Amino acid sequence: MIWCIAAALLLSLSGVPGLFLRRDGRGGEGLACLLVLVGVVCGFVGVGAGLWRGGEDLFTLPWSVPGGELALRLDPLSAIFLLPVLLIAGCGAVYGLGYWPQREHRDNGRQFRLFFGAIAGAIVILLTARNAILFLFAWEIMALSSYFLIVTEGEKEETRRAGFIYLIATHTGTLALFAMFVLLEQASGSFLFPAAASLPAAGATAVFLLGLFGFGLKAGLMPLHIWLPGAHAAAPSHASALMSGVMIKTGIYGLVRLTSFYSEIPPWWGGTLLALGAVSGIFGVAFAIAQHDIKRLLAYHSVENIGIIALGLGLALLGRSFDLPALALLGIAGALLHVVNHGLFKALLFLSAGSMIHATGSRDIDSYGGLLKRQPWTGICFLVGAVAICGLPPFNGFISEWLIYLGALRALDSGALTVQMAVLAAPALALIGALALACFVKVFGIAFLGEARSAAAAEAHEAPASMRLAMAPLLVACVWIGLLPFTVAPLLRQAALAWGGQEGAAAITTILAPLLWVGLYGWLLLALVALVAWWLRRRARRAPPPEATWGCGYLFPRASMQYTASSFADGLVELFRFGLRTERHAVHLDQLFPEPRAFHSHTPDSVLDRLLFPGFRGIARGFTWLRARVQNGLVAVYLFYVALTLFVLLLLLTTY
Amino acid sequence: MASRLLLHLVLLLCCAPLLQGVIVKTKALFAGRVGAPLLQPYRDLARLFRKGFVFSRTTTWVFRAGPVVGLTVPLLAALLIPFGALPAPLSFEGDLILFVYLFALARFFTAAAALDTGSSFEGMGAAREVTFSCLAEPTLLFALIVLAKLSGGLSLNSLLGPHLTTAWRGPYAAALGLILVCLLVVLLVENSRIPFDDPNTHLELTMIHEVMVLDHSGPAFGMILYGAALKLMVLGALVVRLALPWQTGSWFFDALVFVGGQLLLAVLIGVVESIMARLRLVRIPQILIGTTLISIFALVLVLR
Repeated sequence: MIWCIAAALLLSLSGVPGLFLRRDGRGGEGLACLLVLVGVVCGFVGVGAGLWRGGEDLFTLPWSVPGGELALRLDPLSAIFLLPVLLIAGCGAVYGLGYWPQREHRDNGRQFRLFFGAIAGAIVILLTARNAILFLFAWEIMALSSYFLIVTEGEKEETRRAGFIYLIATHTGTLALFAMFVLLEQASGSFLFPAAASLPAAGATAVFLLGLFGFGLKAGLMPLHIWLPGAHAAAPSHASALMSGVMIKTGIYGLVRLTSFYSEIPPWWGGTLLALGAVSGIFGVAFAIAQHDIKRLLAYHSVENIGIIALGLGLALLGRSFDLPALALLGIAGALLHVVNHGLFKALLFLSAGSMIHATGSRDIDSYGGLLKRQPWTGICFLVGAVAICGLPPFNGFISEWLIYLGALRALDSGALTVQMAVLAAPALALIGALALACFVKVFGIAFLGEARSAAAAEAHEAPASMRLAMAPLLVACVWIGLLPFTVAPLLRQAALAWGGQEGAAAITTILAPLLWVGLYGWLLLALVALVAWWLRRRARRAPPPEATWGCGYLFPRASMQYTASSFADGLVELFRFGLRTERHAVHLDQLFPEPRAFHSHTPDSVLDRLLFPGFRGIARGFTWLRARVQNGLVAVYLFYVALTLFVLLLLLTTY
Repeated sequence: MASRLLLHLVLLLCCAPLLQGVIVKTKALFAGRVGAPLLQPYRDLARLFRKGFVFSRTTTWVFRAGPVVGLTVPLLAALLIPFGALPAPLSFEGDLILFVYLFALARFFTAAAALDTGSSFEGMGAAREVTFSCLAEPTLLFALIVLAKLSGGLSLNSLLGPHLTTAWRGPYAAALGLILVCLLVVLLVENSRIPFDDPNTHLELTMIHEVMVLDHSGPAFGMILYGAALKLMVLGALVVRLALPWQTGSWFFDALVFVGGQLLLAVLIGVVESIMARLRLVRIPQILIGTTLISIFALVLVLR
């Protein structure tokens, strides 16, 4: 445990020495990066040692704050959330050396380093805290640091707006969490977290709903995802990777931890999470398909993946409610593994997207094109991330989705129709997967393949070594979990049992056994593909020199004649018209030889831009109207108010 | 184990192009022509594998990965699915998901390879392909769920096990009939047959799958054609087993029933292609959503 505390301290303070060094020198950022890396190593040692000892590692200190002692504990559940945090923080710190060098960002380089370390350290404390006050303390440090990460480029109007929306959203969530922890304290009698399965379900409705709101707002479940697309798009790429990869997972951690406290789970908890998960998953990816900004697109994919995680968690809760250990364990194991996997491939995708932005200076997918020739390494990283996020074998996304699928199909074993309905998670997941595939074929195809669509893309350069080096561990981890899934099975087993109680210990070993086959199939696939590819390559050596792509007889093809991202997505956007309401700005062509005309489409967020903004604007207008009526400047009316107040006070006095 | 693997692979690799020949022959007979000989697809493949390549300046290695993955995936998926009464050589709990996702992997690389040429025709084809399979995928899952519910297992071997003969006589025969229709539609969509896509059309603007592979040549194109033939047979195995669930006990007759079923299916596809016109592109999503609804109805019939 002492190693984890050291890691948290080193990470949190990593940016501090840089504050006393030169604004534009390399020393500050080098030192900060080194401190983060040392902290990450400490963290890995701490987590490894904790797991080695069976995962029970407690650290307490007396504390003057009311509500019990300062308690930190590392159990397998915390460990599984901690591992991606450490890895992505380390990779992000190294990536920053090339992507956000202080020499080029003198105004905000040091600030960025400070808060990047602070958020990583706060997440480490948050995931190990066993005291509600300490948890909220870390939660707020995390929330504020991420605000400062989002507004790094605060001179831009769009960035300030995204930061402000985030600040409002996160504090609304924190308010709900304050209420939730107070209610929890009344139920358990202390601000210390109760032991697993120790609380009765009676009176837990309010706690669950408050928790779902507070944690769901951080995680970005669908109607509560309002802050996410803007914030992820505005922050620098390695901050987006950290926020999307791990910060939003603290919301999932909160829900997982909260539900572990209760000995029995009402069935509607699982049902609610399944419904929210399906909505987030399907609409998250539908919104993603309609985006043109690569970082907004990836942000909507976070909403989608949080939906997939919620599907797994919902299945697990249903399994707990109806005493079906197979369902509970597959659901939670799938959800937890997807937390790790999403962290890995989403960080990889954000970092490779950052490399594209670094090379071309634009976030618009339609201004890339043909980047694979100029950025081969970035291209491979993005391709692996894309295949993984679509849940395709042989990479890691498939493993966790496979577990959730099996969980959904296990729901058929139950006799109760309510549980059997949970099987609908499987077709929902299939739809999400197919839509995600469409989206990533679009991004990879438009950005990396074909001809360059802009002058900047034609002159793009490969990312510097520090950025490529930072992506490598994530790439290796994605491939590792996909090809050797049985190596993570022991950790998953411990974490699932820590959440669902020890009675499923025998069941989970048989449940996770086919992972060996899945891994084997991945190897088989790779081997066969390599063999066929080798043969084809040998045959292709004798090919004549390459020609231009056949243009149906047209001899002067131009890059702008290629299919664009919006034309690629058009069919699917049309299918989801009822939810997306894409705005199309086109001019009708009526003559035979028209002047050059422009077309563009734009998909605003349905909840934020169409519901909340007009709604709050309406409320504000209503109150302005009311104030104008009450404060109308007539002395007689004011005298009437005084008389009315007096009358009410006298009435109260006589009644009591 | 080894002999089963060998039998599976021999059946698959040898019979797959024959089915294409049967479809073409059926269509020709319907149109009153003699048609190409049944073994023409083998000759076509042999000719393509002897030919050279033509590459575009725009393409990268992704362009070549499309045919490679497109050929590899049906081969691997075939090892997961029983061929009639011959059980799958490699089978484990939950392999049905791997089966579905392997084909998705092939779709990813085929569509990416199409976009690699930079031609807007191929972009069009890729966009249509991924759009329509978004609608076909849930149907396939619903059908598999119905089968899983009836069998109680989660591997394709148990889903398509010998219990199907009794299930057809039991109260769930209606549900099985409905998913048979759904699976047939999925088969036609996934293999780009009429009424969803016309493999013989001559106008690039109306194509789906054919336009994606327009720029491939020589052995790479041969791999695509062979991969498509294998895919038809592997997905057809689902339909054939469901429609003809007999178990003779001898591997030879089991194989015979399976190949006979596949040939019947090929004739059926040929008949469908002869008597139906190709649907307008805007109609395709409507048909696919309708099929999904039918499969949901089948699920409702078995969930009680």
